[in-house]
Amino acid sequence: MTPTRLPRPSLVVLISILVAALAVPWISPYDYYTPSWDELDLAPHLASGHLLGTDGLGRDLLVRLMWGCRISLLVALLASLTSLVIGVLWGVTAGYLGGRTDDLMMRAVDVLYSLPFIPFVIVLTVLFGRNILLLFIAIGAVSWLDIARIVRGQTLSLRHREFIEAARVGGMTSFSIITRHLIPNLIGIVLVYLTLTIPTVILIEALLSFLGLGAQAPLTSLGVMIADGAAQMQSRPLLLICPAVLLAVLVYCCNRIGDALRDASDRASG
Amino acid sequence: MENPAASPLLALSNVSVQFPDEGGVASFAVHNANLDLKGGEILGVAGESGSGKTQLLMAIMGLTPRSARLSGNLVFKGEELLHARRQRLRELRGNRIALVFQDPMTALNPYLTIGRQMTEVLEYHGGHSRAAARVRVLAMLESVGIDNPSLRIGQYPHQLSGGMRQRVMLGMALLCEPDLLLADEPTTALDVTVQAQVLDLLLELRARLGTAILLVTHDLGVLARVADRIAVMQAGNIVEQAEVTALFAAPQHPYTRMLLDSARRLDAGSA
Amino acid sequence: MLRYVLRRLVAAVPTMLVIITLAFALLHAAPGGPFDEGKEMIPEIKASIEKTYHLDEAVPLQYLRYLAQIARGDLGPSFQYRNTSVNELIAQGLPIDLTIGGLALLVALLVGLPLGVLAATQRGRWLDHLSMGISLLGISVPVLVIAPLLILVFAVTLQWLPAGDWGDGNPRNLVLPVLALSAPYIAYVARITRGSLVEVLQAPYIRTARAKGLPAHIILLRHAMKPTLLPLVSFLGPASIGVITGSIVIESVFGLPGIGRFFVNGAFNRDYTLVMGVTILYGGLIVLANLLADLCYAWLDPRVRLS
Repeated sequence: MTPTRLPRPSLVVLISILVAALAVPWISPYDYYTPSWDELDLAPHLASGHLLGTDGLGRDLLVRLMWGCRISLLVALLASLTSLVIGVLWGVTAGYLGGRTDDLMMRAVDVLYSLPFIPFVIVLTVLFGRNILLLFIAIGAVSWLDIARIVRGQTLSLRHREFIEAARVGGMTSFSIITRHLIPNLIGIVLVYLTLTIPTVILIEALLSFLGLGAQAPLTSLGVMIADGAAQMQSRPLLLICPAVLLAVLVYCCNRIGDALRDASDRASG
Repeated sequence: MENPAASPLLALSNVSVQFPDEGGVASFAVHNANLDLKGGEILGVAGESGSGKTQLLMAIMGLTPRSARLSGNLVFKGEELLHARRQRLRELRGNRIALVFQDPMTALNPYLTIGRQMTEVLEYHGGHSRAAARVRVLAMLESVGIDNPSLRIGQYPHQLSGGMRQRVMLGMALLCEPDLLLADEPTTALDVTVQAQVLDLLLELRARLGTAILLVTHDLGVLARVADRIAVMQAGNIVEQAEVTALFAAPQHPYTRMLLDSARRLDAGSA
Repeated sequence: MLRYVLRRLVAAVPTMLVIITLAFALLHAAPGGPFDEGKEMIPEIKASIEKTYHLDEAVPLQYLRYLAQIARGDLGPSFQYRNTSVNELIAQGLPIDLTIGGLALLVALLVGLPLGVLAATQRGRWLDHLSMGISLLGISVPVLVIAPLLILVFAVTLQWLPAGDWGDGNPRNLVLPVLALSAPYIAYVARITRGSLVEVLQAPYIRTARAKGLPAHIILLRHAMKPTLLPLVSFLGPASIGVITGSIVIESVFGLPGIGRFFVNGAFNRDYTLVMGVTILYGGLIVLANLLADLCYAWLDPRVRLS
């Protein structure tokens, strides 16, 4: 799968954001949670080192943005991995076993597909507390459906290939076949769909944080910053615009790259 | 009847249809076609798929894809058509020149009733009112052999059998009593028994309305049954033209002979 | 057609059952829920809860009771507002949600359809690229970004439109919320319409229509429109899920007293019955929307309608 037509601007932007988010604990002179009572509500000012100004508690805005990004991305990654694990296991099992089990499992997916999952996620946060760790499990638990479908489709087409037959004839147990042969072959397509799940999950986390049900203070995420910014938009519009634009750009780049990867993989598999 | 010395209804001189290829090299779907068709005559164009016969019909109608380049001279009733204005071509289509397609199931709009698809031709070209058009459509449905026309007119294509759908297509094409009917493999998608009925219908319509028919098909048996003259197409070129009996008795071009041989073998095999 | 309708109605039942069962299971299984044994509670309140929810009975029996209660349409009393039932709260908020959601979808159709048709007929030219570029933006930028930004631009900076506040029922209050909610849907509608129309225009029956000499506008409106609209109708079912989610955000941002607001407040205040009840309501609305979309589709396609 040659990355021939990956959208370069999106890649560049995304990687820059990632690098900045990763490096921020080490390269920034400020942390994201200590209030600085001398520097409340500053406008962007190069000399003071606050490139984007400060917020209502004197915390540097740029640093908060990068930290917010970190948290958003972290949750997104963990949630995606959760949905990946659930989705792959479900899909592979359904595709491999086939027949009525497959039917039943996929019917369940169909039913779950029509559920209002955001309300359910909100319900989960209500019941299990607004713990950031449980947050990603909750998000992951409702996002695995697409991956399950794709994986099941691929498994169905792989199931009848010779090397699987050979393994079965050779006496391998179903479990080993699944883990040793099927899953490695699924990695390609799974990676592609992962890049598409990530933006969705970023948005769900942002939504929950925006509503106050996600990351809790002093932890911040892009969603929290947007909510805070919205509350103060009359006096300090920058507090809203920066996280909002950053979130939109992040999601847009992920979508573009995911689309390109999916197109490339569609073309490769014919 | 027509004066045999009169100018032909349709005359193609060196008509070519060219498609730009991937590498910038153009390929000819139709190359230097020369054809004559007199009024009331049935001319068959025989060739395998890919011989360019469909593009030939499209060129006459002005329905080739936008990427195609047309050259040559195409005169219909004294009017040059290849480079005519789009508006003029639209006036002629469905009106003086009509086209019948191969697969009536996909060629008819599944979301509109038979009646609607037929009355609109009369409404647009003849300026008829819906009610007046309906009367003529009912008459046409009957004359092409559709049973219970008043029921069928309100039905959708999927409610009719394949043979009936092809009759509807024919009827729809003949509503304005065109001078020329172009038929692209009109019987290929049909059962053998229905094929014969449709061909007889074509002959009957020609006798009654005097419509000239240009019938394109790979099936020589069909042409043997209805055509007056046959033109054989191979890879975009017309390699032979002759009266039907002469062509079958003494084919000149090796490709024609090959076509006839394979057709006879098929016939013998199924006998 | 009748058989199709019945079949779809029957298929909706398991979905609703799953939703209700999940709601019940979560209510009872969650730690810190209202039925958590370990919780410290004033004996009177505990006794009252036990009586209302029949906690002395076996769990399966409680489940059946819950089912029966939902079947009656009773979503139970709110935990927060002691004297109000969930049904009453919903009745207050539902009209707002329906208004905004309905208007948003309407706007999406009114703006997205022509945009998509334009893009399809101008395929490959700059107008096509422009419209599709704009729609990509609409899809990528989340409601949660659009809504506050719209307020910032139109309400705060330009001062053209009010930023919410339902109080006086002024229709101008609706403009920004509806616009924010409809933005991604305008984009989806435009994209779907474009894709669908491009495909339809390649169909053999369109070639026949051209061969009949019909002009472009008749071919577009009479021959191409219906098949183009069909995927759009199918889309409206799943779109309802997004509209519901979006409305939760919209109501928060614009301060509208709809169900979404109650839902979020209930989430904060651990009003379990309210949260569960609204979730069931949302589920029901989605199932209904999907059903209506499917029925619409079946009715529009004569091959289904007349079988």
